Amino acid sequence: MAQSFEHSGTSWKGQKLKHQTSLIDRLDPRLRVIVVSVFALLVVLSDSFAVLSLGLVTAVAMAVLAQLNFKRTLRRVIAMDMFMIFLIVMLPFTTPGEALFSVAGFPASKEGFIHALKIALKANAVVFCLLALVGTMTATTLGHAMAHLKVPDKLVHLLLFTVRYLDVIGQEYKRMRRAMQARAFVMRANLHTWRSVGYLVGMLLVHSLERSERIMDAMKCRGYKGKFYLMDDMTLQRPDFVFMACCVPFFAVLFGLNFL
Amino acid sequence: MHIVDGALSEPVLAAGAVLAVIGVGIGLKKMDYDNLPQVGVLSAAFFIASYIHLPIGFSSVHLILNGLIGLALGWAAFPALLVALLLQAVFFGFGGFVVLGVNIVNIALPGLLMYYLCRGGIASASPKGAAIWGAIAGGGAILLTTLMVAGSLALSGEAFMLAAKATFFAHIPVMIVEGFVTAAAVLLIRKVKPEFLNISEDCERA
Repeated sequence: MAQSFEHSGTSWKGQKLKHQTSLIDRLDPRLRVIVVSVFALLVVLSDSFAVLSLGLVTAVAMAVLAQLNFKRTLRRVIAMDMFMIFLIVMLPFTTPGEALFSVAGFPASKEGFIHALKIALKANAVVFCLLALVGTMTATTLGHAMAHLKVPDKLVHLLLFTVRYLDVIGQEYKRMRRAMQARAFVMRANLHTWRSVGYLVGMLLVHSLERSERIMDAMKCRGYKGKFYLMDDMTLQRPDFVFMACCVPFFAVLFGLNFL
Repeated sequence: MHIVDGALSEPVLAAGAVLAVIGVGIGLKKMDYDNLPQVGVLSAAFFIASYIHLPIGFSSVHLILNGLIGLALGWAAFPALLVALLLQAVFFGFGGFVVLGVNIVNIALPGLLMYYLCRGGIASASPKGAAIWGAIAGGGAILLTTLMVAGSLALSGEAFMLAAKATFFAHIPVMIVEGFVTAAAVLLIRKVKPEFLNISEDCERA
């Protein structure tokens, strides 16, 4: 059940993002990263239903504004909800308090139910906002935005390398799996499968590392010394200022609602 | 293994974030530009490992590989997993944003501990001994990760106790599978490219 969701949820389509250009795409990537961080902090640390519901509504509105692919986004959000459904279903029964209803003799408390609802609201609000504002950038843009935001150089390099290798390793994995299938290998729950998969993982790493060393050599040959050149100089444009002008009061309201 | 946003209490989130920053800081310091390809490959491998579903009974488990990542990278496992988890959170909505610190520590710290515990073992002369230490690293990393995930939940509130226990028991099959897979992977890497696990070339012959 959850497996089919997870599979679709983890398929890395590389940097080819399939979504129509939207208003969100015209905003400065740095601004998008900062806005998501502030939003996530405000929502997660809040305890008031007003803030959480407003947060979720805004996050969904962002997703609509970003013209996210409806089916893909829903699949991802559901995959995440599957992750926590277990936690949420259990909470009402494990929290002591006023009984709301009971299932098979186990009373479900109102406090637990409210707590579970809050977790669901928070998690979904953050995920929608994240997918809408940052998930719509290419991973390279995200790396550059991080570099402009003074994230340590090495970390940005690592991010960009990883994004590059994701494609390489992903393809290598598919190739090796096909080779195994051609030799009639079927995964089962036995020692043979585990050993074969272990060898697969080991070989995958060795192949990819050797490939990455060749890439590194090629880069050194062209004068790479660990310095990172940011080709795009990001500057704040008019849409960015408009967006900021909307965000600042909105965040103030989100924060203020906590004290009502 | 990923905890979503909103479930944990503020002190747990803060502790996770602080520990993650320290770990990543040390990891970055210990890693120079020549290591970047290796760290990047393993970071991507963690990501790809979640594609690999192995059947167990009626269900299936996917690999996590934090033991193997720890064995190969040591402290650099922290930045590697930061990047992998960040990409997963941002592009797939897996896990959360504010809990990133806790998730990093829960997955990277066991890997690091396994590195110190097993790095002598996997370099041992007999392949059998190396395989056993590899299995300990693979299974042990998952065991510790599960305990830490359960611990972060339990510390966030009494009500999570049951969920914490359930998380632990649900992951016992994962520990077994990961143990076997890591052992096989260690054996193969020892033969083919020992420097990947910081083992000297002549361990097989000795």
